Amino acid sequence: MKVSMFHLMPHRELPDDFEDRYHSVWVDPPWSELADPERVGQYYNWTLDELIYADKMGMDGICVNEHHQNAYGFMPNPNVMGSVLARSTDNAALVQMGATLPTTHPPVRIAEEYAMLDCISGGRLIAGMPLGTSADANFSYGIPPIVQRERYREAHDLIVDAWTRDEVFAFNGKYTQLRYVNVWPKPIQKPHPPIWVPGGGSSSTWDFVCEKNYCYCYLSYYGNIFATKIMERFWERVEQNGLDANPYRAGFLQLVAVSETDAQAEKDYEKHIQYFFNKCMAVAPEFQAAPGYQDYKSLVNRVKQLSGGRAEQTGQWKEWKFKEFVDRQYVISGGPASVVDQLKDAVKRLRVGNLMVLLHIGSMPHELTLKNIELFSKEVLPHVHDMWDDEWENHWWPEKLKAKAPAAVVG
Amino acid sequence: MVTVEEKFPKIRDGLLNPKVLTAGEGPPVVFLHGAGGLRWGGFLDDLASEFSVYAPLHPGLHDPDDIRKIDTLWDLVLYHYDLFESLGLESPAVIGHSYGGMLAAEIAATNPKSVSKLVLMNPVGFWVDEHPVLDWTAMSPDALVNAIFADPEGEVARAYLQVPEDEEEFKDFTIARTWAIACTSKFTWPIPDKGLKNRIYRVSAPSLIVWGKQDALVPPEYAKEFSDRMVNTTVRTEMLDGAGHMPQFEQRKKVSGLVGEFLRS
Repeated sequence: MKVSMFHLMPHRELPDDFEDRYHSVWVDPPWSELADPERVGQYYNWTLDELIYADKMGMDGICVNEHHQNAYGFMPNPNVMGSVLARSTDNAALVQMGATLPTTHPPVRIAEEYAMLDCISGGRLIAGMPLGTSADANFSYGIPPIVQRERYREAHDLIVDAWTRDEVFAFNGKYTQLRYVNVWPKPIQKPHPPIWVPGGGSSSTWDFVCEKNYCYCYLSYYGNIFATKIMERFWERVEQNGLDANPYRAGFLQLVAVSETDAQAEKDYEKHIQYFFNKCMAVAPEFQAAPGYQDYKSLVNRVKQLSGGRAEQTGQWKEWKFKEFVDRQYVISGGPASVVDQLKDAVKRLRVGNLMVLLHIGSMPHELTLKNIELFSKEVLPHVHDMWDDEWENHWWPEKLKAKAPAAVVG
Repeated sequence: MVTVEEKFPKIRDGLLNPKVLTAGEGPPVVFLHGAGGLRWGGFLDDLASEFSVYAPLHPGLHDPDDIRKIDTLWDLVLYHYDLFESLGLESPAVIGHSYGGMLAAEIAATNPKSVSKLVLMNPVGFWVDEHPVLDWTAMSPDALVNAIFADPEGEVARAYLQVPEDEEEFKDFTIARTWAIACTSKFTWPIPDKGLKNRIYRVSAPSLIVWGKQDALVPPEYAKEFSDRMVNTTVRTEMLDGAGHMPQFEQRKKVSGLVGEFLRS
């Protein structure tokens, strides 16, 4: 199994009454009331230091992503972060999860920036290709929701063509027309870096990754129990498409917080987990999915299935303590042995080969984050690293990193 | 009691599949509905007592695939000429409400001869920084009600907001409403100012602008934005008290009277 550390780069010090005082954490939170640029500079540097430390400690990959106008995680350009990481790390895959296709114009900009990262890092890039959230693409960046998926497909085709075609070519798209496509540089990895597609459980995205044979990453904060049904349906779709059940086709993001013991984990992490769910996730309902963000089929499916599933997503965690978050597996947390057990169970159940772990959660301070990274790398990673590898090969990982031995540091 | 019929004209050999509600007999009147979908209410009943009323659903609302076949506002305007033709309408009167108002103005500006008379009810289509049009794609139900009705507690507002009690019907209602905004916002996202200001001078059809004075969604200041630019025709503007964004519901009698008189004249 490959395990990468994901970082959102959230605001770490929102006021205690943030969720009561402000309309939404995304789209319209007022910057000047809530943030100070010098302090935010500190957040960015902590974030970079934490990801670089994860590389040093032997994590397989480090992930950053793109979001706009929010306190939940604000790396408007993940490739700005990625370039620092490419230069400052030696072993980890650079999992860019990633630059948002429908909002980047012209999309060859992504082909160029990703290729730069691949060149600087010596071929360690994983090219995430996100559709973008509604809050980002529609409300912050003005893309009409009903054309977002079509723009995505077109941008994807252009980027892959730009990487793989040797000749200068014309691209006559509906959303992008370029008379001369000839990106400099092109990536080291051939025919192109591995492509991962993050998603929120939409069947349209599953069809796309099956058609293209990409890795699908289910990004959800409701944990691995909630994800079980969704990943079952994903694997059914994979089978229907006549593809093998290679676990490396799937990625999953899980919040993980390790401490010396279960009791210490509760002491260390409870308030940061609560901060994450109550503040970082406080997106106003009207900004969660603009009409048209889901295509007609997905809209019908979602509305028709509304009932049990919905309660899971409407902030019922407001009064939850550490125990509730762990019982429901929104967070995997505890002492190392307990985390290993929970993680193995989750990974097997979801059949996930490319695991992403969120090791910085909400308001976690820098030192505690380093502790979580260190304990995870030393005490957990060695016990889960060899999962799947006896049977399956990871075709969605940079070639030059495949042969690498598991984490060098074993506790 | 008015009998409303459904018509399914074919456009471009069935490439596009519109649905049109129609009622009444008399000179033809096309009604283009707002972004939230078509509700056949008393105002259209009133019109149908002396006109042939045609109320098409916007593309995509009947056949979800249709919206993918119309890329731009230009395509959308031409689609409406095809639609009029398929219904056998030659230069009908056109009434447009809200989003439908912008569309009606575009149709009447692009080919002035295609519209004999134009009625704009609380239309969108312009943007003035001092009077922002509210974002109807991202409003809570409460905020929307407060914005579109002069009297959000009144009987008309309450009746308008009635949703089906049956769970399955409610789900269908939710889907239809969401999809209506999804399809129509293709041509207004993220700001409903798509160049009408460069074209509206061409309108030659005699025009009536009706605006509810208490419209908080599309402020009544926009009435002048329209009338000032319609320099090649006569424009009558009626600002109505006791109405917000839905004057045909909150002031049905008055609106039916004004529009009927204007269409007859």
